[in-house]
Amino acid sequence: MPPPLEKERIKQMQVTSSSFKENTRDALSNPTLQNSLKRLHTGFVSSRSRAAARMPEFELLRDQARDIKDHVLAHLDVYLEKFELQCQAHGGHVHWCRDENHAKDVVLDICQKANAKTVTKGKSMIGEEIAINDHLEANGIEPIETDLGEYIIQLRNEPPSHIIAPAIHVSKEQVADVFRLTHSDLDPARNLDEPDNILAEARAMLRNRYMEADVGITGANFLVAETGSSIIVTNEGNGDLTQTLPRVHIVLASIEKIVPTLLDATALLRVLARSATGQEMSSYTTFSTGPKRDTDVDGPSEYHVILLDNGRSDLLDSEFKEMLRCIRCGACLNHCPVYGAIGGHAYGWVYPGPMGSVLSPGLIGLQNTKHLPQASTLCGKCEEVCPVRIPLPLLLRNWRFLIYDRGLTDRKLTFGLSIWAYLAKRPMLYHLVVRWLIRVLALGARKKGRYKYLPGLKAWTQTRDFPAPQGKTFMQQWR
Amino acid sequence: MINAREEILSKIKAGLDPLQSRARREKSVETRLSNPSKHVIPKRAQLDRAKRILLFQQMAEEVAATTSRVSSLNELPETIIEYLNRHNLPSHIKTDTNPLLNRVDWAKHPTLEVKYGKAEDCDQNSVTVAFAGVAETGTAVLTSGPNNPTTLNFLPENHIIILPVSRLFGTYEETWARLRAEMGEIEKTFPRTVNWITGPSRTGDIEQTIQLGIHGPKRLHVILVEGNDEETG
Repeated sequence: MPPPLEKERIKQMQVTSSSFKENTRDALSNPTLQNSLKRLHTGFVSSRSRAAARMPEFELLRDQARDIKDHVLAHLDVYLEKFELQCQAHGGHVHWCRDENHAKDVVLDICQKANAKTVTKGKSMIGEEIAINDHLEANGIEPIETDLGEYIIQLRNEPPSHIIAPAIHVSKEQVADVFRLTHSDLDPARNLDEPDNILAEARAMLRNRYMEADVGITGANFLVAETGSSIIVTNEGNGDLTQTLPRVHIVLASIEKIVPTLLDATALLRVLARSATGQEMSSYTTFSTGPKRDTDVDGPSEYHVILLDNGRSDLLDSEFKEMLRCIRCGACLNHCPVYGAIGGHAYGWVYPGPMGSVLSPGLIGLQNTKHLPQASTLCGKCEEVCPVRIPLPLLLRNWRFLIYDRGLTDRKLTFGLSIWAYLAKRPMLYHLVVRWLIRVLALGARKKGRYKYLPGLKAWTQTRDFPAPQGKTFMQQWR
Repeated sequence: MINAREEILSKIKAGLDPLQSRARREKSVETRLSNPSKHVIPKRAQLDRAKRILLFQQMAEEVAATTSRVSSLNELPETIIEYLNRHNLPSHIKTDTNPLLNRVDWAKHPTLEVKYGKAEDCDQNSVTVAFAGVAETGTAVLTSGPNNPTTLNFLPENHIIILPVSRLFGTYEETWARLRAEMGEIEKTFPRTVNWITGPSRTGDIEQTIQLGIHGPKRLHVILVEGNDEETG
């Protein structure tokens, strides 16, 4: 029997980053999640390294990707206006949205004007950021996620746990369970043991939804200023069916998605898939420009692009500006030892892993997210694999400085550190205290040589014993 | 209340380098758009014709597409029939109205039912003509237009792409150049949709195991058609 779904319910988009520590504890003791996370290394990580090795120019391509994004950010106002002009010239509509609520209302308005009953959706992180599904649902419009991973988590009523593999935390058995629960008019005795069966069922279920949808919403990997086009990169083909079949196509994009030309987009596409899944190129890369032309035989009659700011223009003028280079490949998540141990949900908001720990405080404030920049060993792996060379460890440290400056540091930690600092600045006293302390600890452990519990070190002793010190201090022996 | 557009733009402007005036930024953008910067082109794709064809086939087959080569358009019907038979598929196709296919004598092959137009849910097999191919990653480039419905690339379970070898390039960049050459001022004539297709539909969303044919085609077959530009271009 499936585990009761109710228990696992996490309301979409609710920020739970402030309970990061509790979230982490739950994640570490969740065997299904731990099992899924093990596959990260054999999957994405090794594929990326193979793809990078096969492309001798890969490091040059990364430098170039960084430079393109820097150039765009330095000329962002001009490029956005150019994009708008080109998009309109092809019959598209551009909607500038200052924040989440504004964007939600604009999307709802477009859907209502189209008399939409159902809306199909391709995968979009901006869609998650503005929680568009909840808003549509609350207004009587049914959103249907079409990316298989997104479809699964929509049925499970969960947020994504990875920016390119949203259902990475879900096991095959859990998918089968939620399919049985939701597709209740199908034969309950049907076989869903093999991934093939699950795939066939998802394909069949979503077919009709594509055909009947009134509006299709997709994200955008890039927006091209030169032509006014939006680009989506997918493997399933769901994004293309979503944006081709309904009468209205809405693109959810944020302002930093702009690139100057088709050639710039092409240069970035060479590093995107290789960094993300380790593919040479994703199955489907689609450039969309305006609604269908008069002579076209298919395609949407309306084409809308949402340009969302939601705090990004503030980041442009901050020490976190480089974060706006991010192309959302997910490489930093895949390679992060912390993400690998706790998965995406523990981070408590839309963007997990190193990129999320830098971006989320910038978008939703440090108060809610102050644990995230601390959730890193600063091992540097994320920066090593970032296709646009974002100095993620440095940016995480910048947040840590701000956390301290704003007095958001954990009090116990500050207190502990201040005692240590007091002693460390007084060597004679330090040696005296340490000598005394190890003697007491050695005596206290008696013959066992370890502690199962130590007051003030609960976080340590909960998962492992604390070894009792033996012999003399280092300084005593060294002398 | 000022509108969101002005608000966002003014916040962006306030955040930009004060030493770069708006006029200077505009000039630098204009320069960039009129002379797009030359990017790194992977050596892998800079090959002669024969090697280019082999690289395309190798890369496409690596991502689970299949390929075959024919020496002229006239061989297409037989190749398609043979492909459909091999996979136990019904002998009917939905195809685009690309002028290239007008030169194919379908009538000689009455067992193959040919329909034209956009894809419907019931269409199992589609045949579309690629605008170009990219050897670098085994990618087919398809453009929408009066003769080329986009739905044919995604709805049917089996997709056959016809790629004239005269349009098989090494890199994506060359396909953009060709599009500009054919469409004139791309800013005005850019097609509604340009699809880069690299292999059939796939997903790794169930336990990171790759499976084919989740929403788009389960099978992708690319037929490379020999001949010079006159015959196939």
